[in-house]
Amino acid sequence: MTAAAPAEPSRASRRGEFWRRSYAMTVKEFIQLKRDRVSFAMIIMIPLLQLLLFGYAINTNPRHLPTAVLLQENSDVGRSILRALENTQYFKVTHVVRNEREFDRLLANGSVLFAIEIPANFERDLRRGDRPAILVASDATDPVAAGSAIGALNGVLQTALRYDHGIPETVLPPFEFRTHARYNPAAETSLNIVPGLVGTILTMTMLIFTALSVTREIERGTMEALLSMPITPVEIMLGKIVPYILVGFIQAALILSIGILLFGVPLLGSLSLLAMLSTLFITANLAIGYTFSTLAQNQLQAMQMSLMFFLPNILLSGFMFPFAGMPVWAQWIGEALPLTHYLRIVRSIMLKGSSFPDLYFDTAMLAGLTLFAMAVAVTRFRRTLD
Amino acid sequence: MTLAQDGAQGRAHDNAQGGARDITPAPVIAIDVRGLSKSFGSRKVVRDLSMQVKRGTIYGFLGPNGSGKTTTIRMLTGLLTPDEGEGTCLGYNIRTEADEIKRHVGYMTQRFSLYQDLSVRENLEFVARLYGIDDPAAAARAMVERLGLNGREEQLAGELSGGWKQRLALGACTLPNPQLLLLDEPTAGVDPKARREFWNEIHALAAQGLTVLVSTHYMDEAERCHEIAYIAYGVLLAHGTVPQVIAQAHLVTYTVSAADSHVLMQLGDELAALPGVDMVAPFGSSLHVSGRDRAALDAAIAPYRTRAGLNWTPSEATLEDVFIDLMSRAQDNFQ
Ligand SMILES: Nc1ncnc2c1ncn2[C@@H]1O[C@H](COP(=O)(O)OP(=O)(O)O)[C@@H](O)[C@H]1O
Ligand SMILES: [Mg+2]
Repeated sequence: MTAAAPAEPSRASRRGEFWRRSYAMTVKEFIQLKRDRVSFAMIIMIPLLQLLLFGYAINTNPRHLPTAVLLQENSDVGRSILRALENTQYFKVTHVVRNEREFDRLLANGSVLFAIEIPANFERDLRRGDRPAILVASDATDPVAAGSAIGALNGVLQTALRYDHGIPETVLPPFEFRTHARYNPAAETSLNIVPGLVGTILTMTMLIFTALSVTREIERGTMEALLSMPITPVEIMLGKIVPYILVGFIQAALILSIGILLFGVPLLGSLSLLAMLSTLFITANLAIGYTFSTLAQNQLQAMQMSLMFFLPNILLSGFMFPFAGMPVWAQWIGEALPLTHYLRIVRSIMLKGSSFPDLYFDTAMLAGLTLFAMAVAVTRFRRTLD
Repeated sequence: MTLAQDGAQGRAHDNAQGGARDITPAPVIAIDVRGLSKSFGSRKVVRDLSMQVKRGTIYGFLGPNGSGKTTTIRMLTGLLTPDEGEGTCLGYNIRTEADEIKRHVGYMTQRFSLYQDLSVRENLEFVARLYGIDDPAAAARAMVERLGLNGREEQLAGELSGGWKQRLALGACTLPNPQLLLLDEPTAGVDPKARREFWNEIHALAAQGLTVLVSTHYMDEAERCHEIAYIAYGVLLAHGTVPQVIAQAHLVTYTVSAADSHVLMQLGDELAALPGVDMVAPFGSSLHVSGRDRAALDAAIAPYRTRAGLNWTPSEATLEDVFIDLMSRAQDNFQ
């Protein structure tokens, strides 16, 4: 008979068979993926498309933002400062208003993103060395847009009145900007978005890839032959997951490179730690998608299950809304989603430079979710056609 | 021989084989099942089916569509669990030793079940790897050679013609050197020439000692089998060699021909209504008129035998006559 079927296989040869069959399945899946042009295009296109779409929103350098100005006095220094503001290219004065009501209204209805008020007696206070303040109110519902413009104010402080004589020389700047972020005082920084995108894109593509894998074999009629051959559910699962770990890895690398090169997201922590934990996260999603595949009756159902799972991942993981701001029940759901933990991991490593010990809990949760999904998949896998 | 001995022999036979297939000397039983039943919902699809297939034989499993052939074969491979009944395949219990059966039985499904988006070579290598064959590439090459698929190795399986697909599927399930082949309607929808070549291949495999169970609904293929079984409505109605099955039916048959086909058709309708005539079947430009009771049949047709323009001759019942008769009787009992 075949070399693989001795009468009493030793434990070692059993293990050898296990890997050989998993490998057979992996090779097969790779070839099928290679032939499937649409899936192949998806691997590259989904991250690119998403990044470009979101990239519009996370353009960290938006220019010529509409600005309203309220002049409580008409002075040369005031005009100099306004000119300096416009010279930064971030502000474009579109409205000059006469009272505070109009000032508030323009900001509230979104006509302007900034409203700048030069108070009465500004020039007098300046010459006295009283360091008067200019109010800069910003619409922080879009913190990304407001962020860099506010950053530019600092430069204006230093340079606006450099050539204006008669202002006392001090160590401190002669006046100050008092910024007031309206509507979203705890503005999150734009840098949060790229790391978040890595997670959401991976969740979406990984789920879809494996969610179809078992149902596709059933619908194409290949499952019956597969079940009549000596391969176990665990081997089938591994064979179907492994190729996509590599795919996920390529996607993650693609998104991160673009994020770092194009959007200037820093990577403060260890790249290898990030790669390792990303692999774990990728595996978690593949395992969950595979589980749907064993539960669904057909490919459509598998897709629907994936979407149903994808939505809370987007909404409750802290990607869309700050996690801490969610009600407790929503936080509990969030804790059961892999994206929640991955977002913490990727943000911590990239933006805070965290190391592994800081991430024990989230790593353990990811590993736990993966094992749980795999256990469900293996027990729910139908070994017969009954 | 008891079942236990049978099983032991099945395994001993395994161990003795070093790699080459040998020809089993004693007529050991490859498939031995008793009282198999299976229902889907409230529909009983296989009823109390018993079957014995000797090693090294080609066993034809005949029956019309929907008669339960596929369901039976699936129970033999362990893919479906019987509601009732017991049995062994190559000595392995079909309920508890499905894993062993999978290693030693090649199953060719009714629907093409290789990967359409994999090439001929890739499909064969996949199977070779699953069965742990040492050099999958060499095994696939050898099989391509054997199937006469040279030059098509890199063609996608989905792009092959029907006949080639079936040959490839047969190749894939014989690649791991099984002792028993279960082929589910392997020649359905295949052109006559490819059908003939396919049967030649089956005979070549059987000559090497393989046991082959082939299901089919083509009557003419029965003649190519060593033994046959006929199933309808989930009931195994007859089994044995072709002459045995014909003899068991005890059908008395006459052939009647007429110059005018219209007259013949009308005659057929009249005869079929008579008591003692169990079956009337058109056969080329004549009719086969059969009955299970010779006296009753002779009495029934007596008035017609002298009618001008009709030519009556006693003849042998064909297998088809027997099957049609079996089916109509089964219909009375089970429908
Ligand atoms: N999984 C199933 N669920 C419900 N009915 C089935 C299933 N498989 C087969 N059947 C029914 O059982 C009957 C026998 O089917 P099958 O064994 O495929 O017959 P055959 O192979 O002889 O054509 C058919 O009427 C078919 O519709
Ligand atoms: Mg069938």
